[in-house]
Order: sequence, then C-alpha cells, then structure tokens
Amino acid sequence: MSKHVGKSVTRVDGFDKAAGRTKYYEDRVPSDALYVRIKHAERAHAMVKSIDTAAASAIPGVVKVLTCFDVPDTPFPTAGHPWSMDPGHQDVADRHLLNRHVRYWGDDVAVVIAENEVAAMRGVRALTVEYEDLPFVLDAQKAMEEGAPQLHERFPRNILKHTDMRKGDYAAAIQEEGLIKVEGWYDTPTVQHCHIENHGCFAYEENGRVVVVASTQIPHIIRRVVGQALGRPWGDIQIIKPYIGGGFGNKQDALYEPLCAWCTTQVGGRCVRIDCAREETFVSNRVRHAIRFHIVSWLRPDGTFAARKVECYSNQGAYASHGHSIVAKAMGSFPQHYPCPNMECDAWTVFTNRPAAGAMRGYGMPQASFADESNIDDCARAVGMDPMEFRRKNIMPVGYHDAFSGNTNYFDTYNQCMDKGAAFIDYARKRAEFAADTGPVRRGIGLATFWYNTAVYPISLETSSNRMLLNLDGTVTMQCGETEIGQGADTAYAQMTAEAVGLRSYRDVHVVSCQDTDITPTGLGAYASRQTYVAGFSIRQTAELLKEKILKYACEVTRQAVHNMDIADGNIIRKGDGQVLMSLSELAMTAQYNPVHSEHITAESTYTIRNNAYSFGCTFAEVEVDIPLCKVTLKKVVNVHDCGSLINPALAEAQVHGGMSMAIGYGLSEQLLFDEKTGKPLNNNLLDYKLSTFMDHPRLEAEFVENAEPTSPFGTKALGEPPACSGAPAIRNAILNATGVAIDRNPINPHVLFAEFTKAGLIRDEWQEGKEE
Amino acid sequence: MSNQYKLVRCNINGKDVEKVVDVRASLTDMLRNDYRLTSVKKGCEVGECGACNVLIDGEAFNSCIYLAVWAEGKHIRTLEGLLGPNGELSDIQQAFIDETAIQCGFCTPGFIMSAVEILESGKEYTDDELRKLLSGHLCRCTGYENILRAVKKTMYKRLGKPIPQ
Repeated sequence: MSKHVGKSVTRVDGFDKAAGRTKYYEDRVPSDALYVRIKHAERAHAMVKSIDTAAASAIPGVVKVLTCFDVPDTPFPTAGHPWSMDPGHQDVADRHLLNRHVRYWGDDVAVVIAENEVAAMRGVRALTVEYEDLPFVLDAQKAMEEGAPQLHERFPRNILKHTDMRKGDYAAAIQEEGLIKVEGWYDTPTVQHCHIENHGCFAYEENGRVVVVASTQIPHIIRRVVGQALGRPWGDIQIIKPYIGGGFGNKQDALYEPLCAWCTTQVGGRCVRIDCAREETFVSNRVRHAIRFHIVSWLRPDGTFAARKVECYSNQGAYASHGHSIVAKAMGSFPQHYPCPNMECDAWTVFTNRPAAGAMRGYGMPQASFADESNIDDCARAVGMDPMEFRRKNIMPVGYHDAFSGNTNYFDTYNQCMDKGAAFIDYARKRAEFAADTGPVRRGIGLATFWYNTAVYPISLETSSNRMLLNLDGTVTMQCGETEIGQGADTAYAQMTAEAVGLRSYRDVHVVSCQDTDITPTGLGAYASRQTYVAGFSIRQTAELLKEKILKYACEVTRQAVHNMDIADGNIIRKGDGQVLMSLSELAMTAQYNPVHSEHITAESTYTIRNNAYSFGCTFAEVEVDIPLCKVTLKKVVNVHDCGSLINPALAEAQVHGGMSMAIGYGLSEQLLFDEKTGKPLNNNLLDYKLSTFMDHPRLEAEFVENAEPTSPFGTKALGEPPACSGAPAIRNAILNATGVAIDRNPINPHVLFAEFTKAGLIRDEWQEGKEE
Repeated sequence: MSNQYKLVRCNINGKDVEKVVDVRASLTDMLRNDYRLTSVKKGCEVGECGACNVLIDGEAFNSCIYLAVWAEGKHIRTLEGLLGPNGELSDIQQAFIDETAIQCGFCTPGFIMSAVEILESGKEYTDDELRKLLSGHLCRCTGYENILRAVKKTMYKRLGKPIPQ
C-alpha cells in the first residue's frame, strides 16, 4: 500500500511561489550586468552586405558592437536532443551565432552590448544594415517546387528530410470493389508556446570558464551546445537553471545561451544579459510546426478500412532545430492509432523563410491528431456511422503491439476513456437532441482520441541519473537530471523518493530544484512526457542503493541481519515484528560521527531506460455555433486520460487543464500570421495573437482511467503533453455535428467559418436581418 | 539634478519610502530594480499579460505601463506585502496552494494581487463576473480553472457563506 504516491499533496515549491519569492533567471541578474540587445533582420531572405556600426558605437553607454562578420565560423545544432554517438543521427548543425545569410524576418545579424538597456536599444536602432535581397518562400509545398528560393545549400528543394512507411499493398487494396473514398487536406497553423516568462539568460566568466544562467528546460544539453558554438571543451561551460516560468518545448532548444556565452567572452568576461521581449519570443525563439496533411481513406461500407494514404508536409521555417523528428512522430501515429493492413505514409520536412519550428507540447501530435481525427469523423459520416462507434470499431485494439517501440496496448483503455467522456457529456442523448437544431444557432457534440509515447526510446537515448544523500536529521536530499519547469516534477519526485526510501513524509525529501551542471547528475532535461516515467526508474534504483547502505550500516549498530530490516516512516524497523530499531536520524548521526567508521551515506546511479509506454485519452466537446455571427461557443469540454497510476491526482488534473486550454486555443483562435508580400510576422504580441483568456473557456473537466503501466516502477506514464493533443479536433468535430460543415483547418475562427459557411450556403440573408432586429 | 531623474516618495507595502528614479522608468522597473520586489514579473512590458500587476491605492494596475514618477504619493502593494511578519501566508495565497492553482508560478503574483482587489471589495461575484475581473491576466499552465476555484473559495470564506454548488 503506497503511503506517499497517489496522494494529492501540495507542491514542494508552492509556498515560495505563492509568496512571490521564487527566483527566476531575471531575479538573479547582477545589477552591473551589461545589456545585449539584438539587431533582427527586416528581411525574410537576404544576404547582409555590410553593417555600419559607427553611429551605434558612438552612443554613450555602448560598450561593444558585434556583427555577423565577427562570429566564429563554427556551425552548431540547437535541438534539445541527447547527443548521439552515431554521426548520422546527430542534429543538423546549421546555426551561427549571428547570420550573414538572413533566412527569416527576425534573423539575428548583430548585437549591441551596453551599460544600460536604453543605450543598447538605441544602439540597435542606429545600426545600418545593407542587404542583398533574395526571393523568399513561406509555404512548405511551394518551397519543394523546382526553382523555389533555396535556403540551405546542402538541402536541394529545401527538403531537410523525407521518410516513408509502407504496409501491405496500397495500390492493389484500393482496387477492391465498392470502396468509399474519403479524402481531405488538413492544414494546421504556426503557433507559439507563450510561456509567460520570456526566454532570457546571463553569462559571465569565472576562473577561466563560462557560466550561463538560463531559462531553459535542458541545462546539460545547453552545456554541450554552448561548447560546440564557442569551440570550447564542454567542461569549460557551466549552466545554471533556476526556476523557469514555463517552457512547453520552446526552451527545449538552445535559444540565446550560445550567443550570450560568446558575448561575455568578447567583453573580458564581464556579465552580460539577453532578455527576449515578447515580440522576439514569438519570432526569434521557436514555434510549432505548421503541418499540412493529405489523407486518403478507402472504406468498406461496413465501416472498416481497406487502405489509407497519408502525406505530411511540415513547415520547418529557416533552421533545422528539432527538424524531421516532429513530423516523423506525427506520421508514425497514423498506422498505430487506426491499424489498417494497407498503408502508404510519407513525411517531408521543408525549410521556408519563416521562424524556426522546434519542439512544442505534443511534438507533432496535435497536428496529426487534428488531421487524423478530422478524417475519421469524415469517414464515419461517409458510411453513416456514429463517430464514436466508428472509432470503437477501428481504433488500436487491446493487445496491439508495436515492434519498434516495444509498446503494448495492455488494457481496454480507449473504450474505458470514451465511456467516461461520453457519460460526462451525455453523448447519445445530446446528439439526438441537437440533431433537431435547424435554426441559426445550432449545437453539436464531437470527440477525438489520441495515443502518445511517454518517452523517446528507442529513437533517442533514454537515461536518468539520480543522487540521494541521507541528511543528519534523517531527511533525504535528492538530485535528478530531469528538471522542474512548472509541471510539478519536484513534488512527484519527492513523493516517489519518500515512497521508495520509506520516509515519514514527502516533505522529508529536499529536491535540489535549481540545476547546475557542475553539481546535478547529468540528465537530459524536461521534454517529451518523460519526467515522471524515466525519473521513476532512477529514483527506485537509487533509493534501493541508499537503503542498502543504510541497512548495512544499521547492521553494525543493531546487529540485526540486513535482510531482516526495512525502512518505514523514517525508522529502521525489524521486519518480523515491526519493532522500531532506530530512527534514520540516529543512524545518520551515528554513521557520520563514528570515530572508528565514519560514513556520509549517499547513493548515486544511472538507469538506462529501454522501455516506452503508450499513453491514451480523448476529448469530448459540446459547442453552440451561431451561424450568422460565425461564432463558436465551447459549452462543455472533458478530457479523459489513461496515464497509468496517478502520482499526484491534483497536480495531474492541473496539468490536464493547462493542456486543454492550449488545445482550445489551437482549435479556435491561435495562429501566428505572416505578410505574404514581405514575410514579416503580423501579430507577434499577446494582443493580436489570440491566446485563450479566462473568458474563453467553459469549466475544464479532467478525468482519468488508471490502468497501472506495467513497465513503470510506479505504474505511471505520459501526461505532460497528451492533454494538448485531442482538443482541437474534438471541437472541429462538434462543429461538424452542429452544422454539417467539415472545417479542415485550424484555428476555426470567424474568418474561416464565414468562408466555409458561405460555401455551404448557410449564410442566409433572412438570418442576418433577423439579427439586426 | 538633471531632468532625467526625479525623487519619488510613496508608500510601498505599508512603508513610506523615497528614491531618485529615472523619469523614463516604469513602475515595474522601480519596484524590481530599486526595491528588489521581484514578485513583480515582466511578461510583455506593454500591458498585455498582467504578470506585473500591483495595487495602486487599492486598484489593480499593470505596473509595466505605469510610470514610476506617477507613483508619487501613492500607496503601492505587491505580493511581498501580503506575507505576515512571521512569514504567514494570507488566505488567498494559501488557497492558491491548496487548489493547485500554481504551476510555473510566473503569473501567480499578478493574479493574486487582482484577487486581493476582488476580495477586498467585499462583494459576491458570479463565476462569469470573476472570469471577467481576472481576464487581464494570461496563464499558459493552468487553463485558469484552479485559479477560479482558489479565488471563489476565498471569496465565500471571507463572506462567511458556503460555496454554492
């Protein structure tokens, strides 16, 4: 019976955050730090011919001006992936600290370093950049055409990578008689993470090494990338990660840490700071890949699939960043979600003159889910089946095994999740009732499902390292390579550690939250939905080692055999009768201060995880569509997740709420727009970019199906990203149910609805007049 | 003294203070840099996100678009001012912890100060009204759901009424 795991305890960092004491990078910048401000190109595609720095250098307070002509010619990759010993699997090194070849509007061409922010900003404005303009391209498919503007010499037709998947014989399968063809093009937008803390960092030299304090999800990976960018040994670099104000994948990339590190080396090691403004965060950090899908489904009249074809065109933007991994994951979701004997899937990642796309919560899955789940509803309609029944018939069955990942669908999770969601939303009754709506305002119910891989095995290394120290008061200090970024990881780790060691309270675990690559065991950071899952392995293993050491020492003191003892409630007990032999504090004090055999009891270990786990779930949405106003009101929404056993139900529920909110924005309002004539971003601020506000949600309902994951030491699996996956298509399908109009692009905002409703003949004059009365 | 700088006298978290500040500085800059009140967060610096929200004479303001010199003679409250002398949390801060309304914590100070304004009005608001009153703050972690629960719970507690189902 677990004592700490599975309980809704409050966050270990809750007090400080509620008191406003938690320190983020900007709260730790020394007051004498120099300001680095960046000159961003005002061209979508160009070569920098020259930069006149004279006027900027003359501004009082300006210390130094550095341009793209000054940086080392050592390209580096930025993606927050573990290093691969296989050169063929390493990330594309296509970045320089500053760029002569401008590849998107907002690219970095120069910096001004100054004693104060005003001087730095005036300096940036005083720079005169002479460009040689080049033609540009914003659309992925257009960028693949012959003769399209070329971004990187090494990648003809701008194709970063193409992969495919073939199963059965698609061409032969579609010859079967009586098949119904359901074809669609589904377009997903460029969106941004919009963590409320912008990315920023500061850097200085100390004892000949470079220290960078950064708002990042991946301190150890940043250390390697900074070393690569500066051409310095990795041991020369120290990265410190304080608390961060959200990441969602944007900070799973080297953003301005390498540039900041280089700048300090250019001003004699003085402290320099880079603080992204919100407008820069939207454009010059990372965005979510806009992916266009072409799906052709061939159905039998009984509602089974004969064959499916899927093409994915992923808009990478200007630089490789996480590159093809995102669309590869998206494409890989199709054959497993709805297994079909004959499939042809292709995915292309294509450079365009837009901001670089990288990791974002869901890593290709919100895109794939929008396309796949839209097409599935279209299929259900084509054969006259209820969309939930259609899914039950075709979805990944119990016992399904994926040979590549080793994942198995152990339980009847999908049906359990759909049952719960349908019950909450009152699916059957409401769909029947809403079918009678024929007026200008119509209601509808939609659903969508998803599956999600918890960690990144076997595509990349999965490893977790952990260190535990028995303190003299019997508490345990714990360090872990997986980082807290707001999700509540530290609290889950404290609960798991207390459970595995046998402590009285999770508060008896002190998680060292702020990571320092000089101190923290090497880890990969916060990404995928791996934190709790992978940390669970190293926590369990390290706790066993710590216990072994504790009990071995206790054997000397108590003369009880090691195997006859255990640790419970912070005491060493005799197993047979449960007698308390001594407290952990007594043991720690005795061990530390024993004049004959002194020992400071610690344990450290690395666990290489060679498992992965399917996480599942669904969204049900109820909408009210005002056709004349082209307005969708989300009336009710529920997410149901099977993320295995919950470590902390309250924190899990909170995670789901956040993901649902992101999915609602993705479905209805969020998109980063670009001027077709210039490539300039049009709405890179929080006023014009429509992030969901407090007013844009109904009550968010989160429910769970807890099927303990057999591969996990604590029965847990992915929850970080899954809540962002199925919301948008559920809303889309609810609108389809309400109006009969299938919208194949998101966000489904009034502009899109007006065009689609007009096309469908739903915009009627009498309704418009009715509104005016 | 040049025109660039000006003495600003005000009351911050119950204490009369004065400092010479750059006339171009925002109240956010003054609170963070001159008084080290780092609960005042910067998320956009143009009044869009609400992270820098403080109370000025009892009213919530985005301090990033409020000049420091305008604070002359004002009473300013930041999240630091809510903590009791022995580190006791106020009811609304505790409610944010208990209702899991905090994740990354970056929007939290701004939200709590708006909540204080709402709670100190002594009025009873509907959910829709609360949503509107809190809509000047953006949050990417929580979906706002638990923040609403925390504010609502504290509002009814202060009103001495049970939370309506």
